[in-house]
Amino acid sequence: MTALPVAAATTTTTLPLTAQFARGLSAPICLTWELTYACNLSCVHCLSSSGRRDSRELSTAECMAVIDELERMGVFYVNVGGGEPTVRPDFAELVDYAVAHRVGVKFSTNGIKISPAMASRLAGSDYVDVQISLDGATEEINDAVRGAGSYRTAVAAMSNLAGAGFRGFKLSVVVTRQNVGQLDAFAALARRYGAQLRLTRLRPAGRGASVWAQLHPTAAQQRVLYDWLVAHGQHQPGGTTPRNPPQDVLTGDSFFHLAGYGEKLPGLNLCGAGRVVCLIDPVGDVYACPFAIHESFLAGNVRDDGGFARVWRDSELFASLRQPQSGGACTSCSAYDACQGGCMAAKFFTGLPLDGPDPECVRGHGEAALALAAAGDVVPPRPSPDHSRRRERGPVPVTIGRRRPPDRACDEDPLAGFTVGAG
Amino acid sequence: MAVRPEAFGALLYHFGTRRLSFLKDPLLLTVVQGLADHPTARSACESAGVGAGAMPAYERALRTLAGSAMIRLRDGGS
Repeated sequence: MTALPVAAATTTTTLPLTAQFARGLSAPICLTWELTYACNLSCVHCLSSSGRRDSRELSTAECMAVIDELERMGVFYVNVGGGEPTVRPDFAELVDYAVAHRVGVKFSTNGIKISPAMASRLAGSDYVDVQISLDGATEEINDAVRGAGSYRTAVAAMSNLAGAGFRGFKLSVVVTRQNVGQLDAFAALARRYGAQLRLTRLRPAGRGASVWAQLHPTAAQQRVLYDWLVAHGQHQPGGTTPRNPPQDVLTGDSFFHLAGYGEKLPGLNLCGAGRVVCLIDPVGDVYACPFAIHESFLAGNVRDDGGFARVWRDSELFASLRQPQSGGACTSCSAYDACQGGCMAAKFFTGLPLDGPDPECVRGHGEAALALAAAGDVVPPRPSPDHSRRRERGPVPVTIGRRRPPDRACDEDPLAGFTVGAG
Repeated sequence: MAVRPEAFGALLYHFGTRRLSFLKDPLLLTVVQGLADHPTARSACESAGVGAGAMPAYERALRTLAGSAMIRLRDGGS
């Protein structure tokens, strides 16, 4: 989910705000909308297994109807992604339409279409924000994950945005074992272009499921990351106030499983799936969260009667997520109040029970649970659907233990044999 | 700035600062919505039914909102 600088203007104390949110809202706060599965890149950890356009993709008119609905529901903004959303021929038209309807657009891009002209156009509106995705502060580390040339494309896009006077766009980084040593370099890169750094968690979703074991930060690296976030203004007990200004580094509330180290990081520190967050995919399917593109978390489709609003309000899946959740095996842990058991999608795609510890539990319970699952021959659910390009050298057969080999030879991952130091 | 009423109060979003805030109290929402129609924040509070005893808490809440630019002084106002 996206960053929630929390400024709670409060006068009364009833239920804690997070408890209110856990019961669900009249509309999502953070709605992610993947506009297309088409992408010029084939990132090894793509959450949505993107590559090929889906022929059932929502048309321009259908997208506009969704925007109309979001306006009626009072959704402030959408986090637009993909695939690469800017490769849709109607991308600019849809952004203009959303802005005209007072629905803000934050979109994630690898930068391929951010020309000087496009940058100037985007810089003109308060309602538009841009997140440039980059997963290495050096070409070597980035391109090993995102593909040859992707570093240069992203840097050119940042240069174009800075040149157009777009201040405060986001440099968005998925923290990995390979780039966690580059946090200062990422911060410097963001500063150079007048951008704000945004760090997010690697999720074992989409193609990321097959490379997660090799890419996710080690336990020692997680501690380094937490300390770095605390040192860089992420640590603000009591939330953001005028005396406690917005953080330098955004995290999209993505590291709440690290709260088990001690004090919480800013944000809601809650799994928002189906409660304050959801995902609309390119064909209109509505999932509980952007990291859970799987039939188990499919709530409905915007093309159904009643559209998106009805899915949000009435789906059985979302209703069940809004019920009080069991902490299961985590209930007796002293960190549970802080971490809430971590990320549902991370557990699901690593084959762990949803009411147990997060695979990256900072108390080490995740590693134990993973070992137990492996010993019991648990096969993690396979991410679905897959829009990877068939001709690419796709997802790598990960050789460690319990992972299944790819179903088809063409699903092999380009990360095969990839080893990069953490520096 | 956009306001969305919710069961617990309201969500506020400022498109310029891209900040989200929460009003944890429906009465505070009434106060905020009435600000434009009243000469002072105090009269907006009184009109919304805020009692004298609760006034300091509402003053603090409004200061918090002003600090995050969710509300601001009227031009020429006080």
